[in-house]
Amino acid sequence: MFEGILLICLFFLSVSILVGLYRVIKGPSMPDRVMALDTIGINIIAGVAIFSILLNTQDYFDIILLIGILSFIGTISFSKFIERGYIIEYKRDY
Amino acid sequence: MSISVIIKIIVTVLILTGTVLSILSAYGILRLPDVYTRTHAATKSTTLGVLCTLLGTFLYFWYTQGMVSIRLILGIFFVFITAPVAGHLICRAAYRSGVKLAPESIQDDLKELVDQEQNEKRKSDGQNN
Repeated sequence: MFEGILLICLFFLSVSILVGLYRVIKGPSMPDRVMALDTIGINIIAGVAIFSILLNTQDYFDIILLIGILSFIGTISFSKFIERGYIIEYKRDY
Repeated sequence: MSISVIIKIIVTVLILTGTVLSILSAYGILRLPDVYTRTHAATKSTTLGVLCTLLGTFLYFWYTQGMVSIRLILGIFFVFITAPVAGHLICRAAYRSGVKLAPESIQDDLKELVDQEQNEKRKSDGQNN
Protein backbone atom coordinates (compact mmCIF):
# COMPACT_ATOMS: atom_id res chain seq x y z
CA MET A 1 0.00 0.00 0.00
CA PHE A 2 2.67 2.48 1.11
CA GLU A 3 5.03 1.60 -1.73
CA GLY A 4 2.17 1.64 -4.21
CA ILE A 5 1.30 5.22 -3.23
CA LEU A 6 4.99 6.15 -3.55
CA LEU A 7 5.06 4.69 -7.07
CA ILE A 8 1.95 6.69 -7.97
CA CYS A 9 3.73 9.81 -6.68
CA LEU A 10 6.73 9.01 -8.89
CA PHE A 11 4.34 8.70 -11.85
CA PHE A 12 2.87 12.13 -11.08
CA LEU A 13 6.36 13.61 -10.83
CA SER A 14 7.38 12.15 -14.17
CA VAL A 15 4.25 13.55 -15.80
CA SER A 16 5.14 16.98 -14.44
CA ILE A 17 8.74 16.61 -15.70
CA LEU A 18 7.34 15.75 -19.14
CA VAL A 19 5.21 18.92 -19.07
CA GLY A 20 8.37 20.88 -18.22
CA LEU A 21 10.13 19.27 -21.19
CA TYR A 22 7.24 20.32 -23.44
CA ARG A 23 7.69 23.90 -22.23
CA VAL A 24 11.46 23.68 -22.78
CA ILE A 25 10.98 22.57 -26.37
CA LYS A 26 8.04 24.76 -27.37
CA GLY A 27 8.38 27.80 -25.07
CA PRO A 28 8.11 30.99 -27.10
CA SER A 29 10.82 32.93 -25.29
CA MET A 30 14.14 32.16 -23.65
CA PRO A 31 13.07 32.87 -20.01
CA ASP A 32 10.29 30.29 -20.47
CA ARG A 33 12.87 27.63 -21.14
CA VAL A 34 15.01 28.63 -18.17
CA MET A 35 11.96 28.62 -15.88
CA ALA A 36 10.92 25.17 -17.12
CA LEU A 37 14.45 23.81 -16.54
CA ASP A 38 14.37 25.18 -12.98
CA THR A 39 11.03 23.44 -12.39
CA ILE A 40 12.44 20.18 -13.77
CA GLY A 41 15.36 20.42 -11.32
CA ILE A 42 13.03 20.90 -8.36
CA ASN A 43 10.85 17.97 -9.47
CA ILE A 44 13.97 15.81 -9.73
CA ILE A 45 14.80 16.74 -6.11
CA ALA A 46 11.37 15.45 -5.01
CA GLY A 47 11.87 12.30 -7.11
CA VAL A 48 15.23 11.56 -5.47
CA ALA A 49 13.63 11.97 -2.03
CA ILE A 50 10.88 9.45 -2.90
CA PHE A 51 13.48 7.05 -4.34
CA SER A 52 15.47 7.21 -1.13
CA ILE A 53 12.35 6.18 0.80
CA LEU A 54 11.67 3.33 -1.67
CA LEU A 55 15.24 2.02 -1.48
CA ASN A 56 15.39 2.73 2.29
CA THR A 57 18.79 4.40 2.23
CA GLN A 58 20.17 7.74 3.36
CA ASP A 59 22.96 7.96 0.82
CA TYR A 60 21.05 10.10 -1.66
CA PHE A 61 20.50 13.16 0.53
CA ASP A 62 23.78 14.65 -0.69
CA ILE A 63 22.37 14.49 -4.20
CA ILE A 64 19.31 16.48 -3.08
CA LEU A 65 21.53 19.30 -1.79
CA LEU A 66 23.75 19.13 -4.86
CA ILE A 67 20.89 19.33 -7.37
CA GLY A 68 19.40 22.25 -5.46
CA ILE A 69 22.64 24.24 -5.52
CA LEU A 70 23.43 23.44 -9.16
CA SER A 71 19.92 24.32 -10.32
CA PHE A 72 20.03 27.66 -8.51
CA ILE A 73 23.45 28.57 -9.92
CA GLY A 74 22.41 27.63 -13.45
CA THR A 75 19.22 29.64 -13.22
CA ILE A 76 20.87 32.81 -11.93
CA SER A 77 23.67 32.65 -14.50
CA PHE A 78 21.20 32.11 -17.36
CA SER A 79 19.01 35.00 -16.22
CA LYS A 80 22.01 37.30 -15.91
CA PHE A 81 23.09 36.31 -19.40
CA ILE A 82 19.62 36.99 -20.78
CA GLU A 83 19.37 40.35 -19.05
CA ARG A 84 22.83 41.81 -19.71
CA GLY A 85 24.61 39.68 -22.30
CA TYR A 86 27.49 38.64 -20.07
CA ILE A 87 27.82 36.49 -16.97
CA ILE A 88 31.08 37.54 -15.30
CA GLU A 89 31.74 41.26 -15.25
CA TYR A 90 35.17 42.64 -16.11
CA LYS A 91 35.74 46.16 -14.85
CA ARG A 92 37.90 48.16 -17.18
CA ASP A 93 37.21 51.81 -16.42
CA TYR A 94 38.32 52.97 -13.01
CA MET B 1 -3.86 1.96 15.62
CA SER B 2 -0.19 1.65 16.37
CA ILE B 3 2.25 4.53 16.17
CA SER B 4 3.97 3.15 13.10
CA VAL B 5 0.75 3.15 11.09
CA ILE B 6 0.04 6.75 12.13
CA ILE B 7 3.55 7.85 11.07
CA LYS B 8 3.15 6.08 7.75
CA ILE B 9 -0.21 7.76 7.13
CA ILE B 10 1.25 11.20 7.91
CA VAL B 11 4.22 10.57 5.59
CA THR B 12 1.94 9.33 2.81
CA VAL B 13 -0.36 12.34 3.09
CA LEU B 14 2.61 14.75 3.02
CA ILE B 15 4.22 13.14 -0.02
CA LEU B 16 0.93 12.84 -1.89
CA THR B 17 0.17 16.52 -1.18
CA GLY B 18 3.60 17.47 -2.50
CA THR B 19 3.21 15.57 -5.75
CA VAL B 20 -0.33 16.83 -6.30
CA LEU B 21 0.93 20.41 -5.87
CA SER B 22 3.72 19.67 -8.32
CA ILE B 23 1.32 18.36 -10.93
CA LEU B 24 -0.96 21.37 -10.40
CA SER B 25 1.98 23.62 -11.14
CA ALA B 26 2.67 21.54 -14.27
CA TYR B 27 -0.93 22.19 -15.35
CA GLY B 28 -0.34 25.89 -14.77
CA ILE B 29 2.86 25.81 -16.83
CA LEU B 30 0.93 24.13 -19.62
CA ARG B 31 -2.12 26.39 -19.69
CA LEU B 32 -1.25 29.94 -18.59
CA PRO B 33 -0.79 32.49 -21.39
CA ASP B 34 2.28 34.45 -20.31
CA VAL B 35 5.85 33.96 -19.09
CA TYR B 36 5.08 35.95 -15.91
CA THR B 37 1.97 33.99 -14.99
CA ARG B 38 3.77 30.75 -15.82
CA THR B 39 6.62 31.70 -13.50
CA HIS B 40 4.03 32.54 -10.84
CA ALA B 41 2.56 29.04 -11.16
CA ALA B 42 5.90 27.27 -11.39
CA THR B 43 7.72 28.94 -8.50
CA LYS B 44 5.15 29.00 -5.73
CA SER B 45 3.39 25.67 -5.95
CA THR B 46 6.45 23.65 -6.95
CA THR B 47 8.35 25.05 -3.97
CA LEU B 48 5.57 24.14 -1.56
CA GLY B 49 5.28 20.71 -3.17
CA VAL B 50 8.96 19.87 -2.83
CA LEU B 51 8.93 21.19 0.76
CA CYS B 52 6.05 18.83 1.62
CA THR B 53 7.83 15.89 -0.04
CA LEU B 54 11.13 16.53 1.73
CA LEU B 55 9.34 17.00 5.05
CA GLY B 56 7.63 13.63 4.59
CA THR B 57 10.98 12.01 3.80
CA PHE B 58 12.51 13.64 6.88
CA LEU B 59 9.74 12.34 9.15
CA TYR B 60 10.00 8.83 7.65
CA PHE B 61 13.73 8.54 8.24
CA TRP B 62 13.43 10.16 11.65
CA TYR B 63 10.97 7.46 12.70
CA THR B 64 12.37 4.35 10.99
CA GLN B 65 16.10 4.88 11.51
CA GLY B 66 15.95 7.15 14.55
CA MET B 67 18.28 9.70 13.03
CA VAL B 68 17.75 13.40 12.37
CA SER B 69 19.28 14.04 8.98
CA ILE B 70 20.99 17.44 8.93
CA ARG B 71 21.52 17.19 5.17
CA LEU B 72 17.80 16.94 4.55
CA ILE B 73 17.10 19.95 6.80
CA LEU B 74 19.73 21.89 4.86
CA GLY B 75 18.12 20.81 1.59
CA ILE B 76 14.67 22.01 2.77
CA PHE B 77 16.13 25.32 3.94
CA PHE B 78 18.11 25.85 0.74
CA VAL B 79 15.19 25.12 -1.59
CA PHE B 80 12.95 27.37 0.51
CA ILE B 81 15.46 30.24 0.25
CA THR B 82 16.55 29.93 -3.37
CA ALA B 83 13.48 28.97 -5.41
CA PRO B 84 11.63 32.32 -5.07
CA VAL B 85 14.85 34.22 -5.77
CA ALA B 86 15.32 32.22 -8.97
CA GLY B 87 11.74 32.99 -10.02
CA HIS B 88 12.26 36.69 -9.37
CA LEU B 89 15.47 36.75 -11.41
CA ILE B 90 13.83 34.97 -14.35
CA CYS B 91 10.90 37.41 -14.34
CA ARG B 92 13.24 40.39 -14.14
CA ALA B 93 15.35 39.09 -17.03
CA ALA B 94 12.21 38.46 -19.08
CA TYR B 95 10.90 41.98 -18.52
CA ARG B 96 14.23 43.69 -19.17
CA SER B 97 14.81 41.67 -22.35
CA GLY B 98 11.45 42.80 -23.68
CA VAL B 99 9.12 39.80 -23.46
CA LYS B 100 5.56 41.01 -24.02
CA LEU B 101 2.79 40.58 -21.47
CA ALA B 102 -0.29 38.54 -22.35
CA PRO B 103 -2.83 40.43 -24.50
CA GLU B 104 -5.43 40.08 -21.72
CA SER B 105 -3.43 42.21 -19.27
CA ILE B 106 -4.71 45.75 -18.77
CA GLN B 107 -2.09 47.64 -16.76
CA ASP B 108 1.71 47.79 -16.79
CA ASP B 109 3.10 49.96 -14.00
CA LEU B 110 6.73 48.96 -14.43
CA LYS B 111 6.96 50.18 -18.03
CA GLU B 112 7.36 53.90 -17.20
CA LEU B 113 10.11 53.24 -14.69
CA VAL B 114 12.08 50.97 -17.00
CA ASP B 115 11.72 53.42 -19.92
CA GLN B 116 12.90 56.30 -17.72
CA GLU B 117 15.88 54.29 -16.49
CA GLN B 118 16.90 53.32 -20.02
CA ASN B 119 16.61 56.93 -21.22
CA GLU B 120 18.90 58.13 -18.41
CA LYS B 121 21.36 55.38 -19.19
CA ARG B 122 21.40 56.32 -22.87
CA LYS B 123 21.91 60.00 -21.97
CA SER B 124 24.86 59.28 -19.67
CA ASP B 125 26.39 57.01 -22.30
CA GLY B 126 26.10 59.86 -24.82
CA GLN B 127 27.88 62.24 -22.44
CA ASN B 128 30.72 59.81 -21.88
CA ASN B 129 31.26 59.38 -25.56
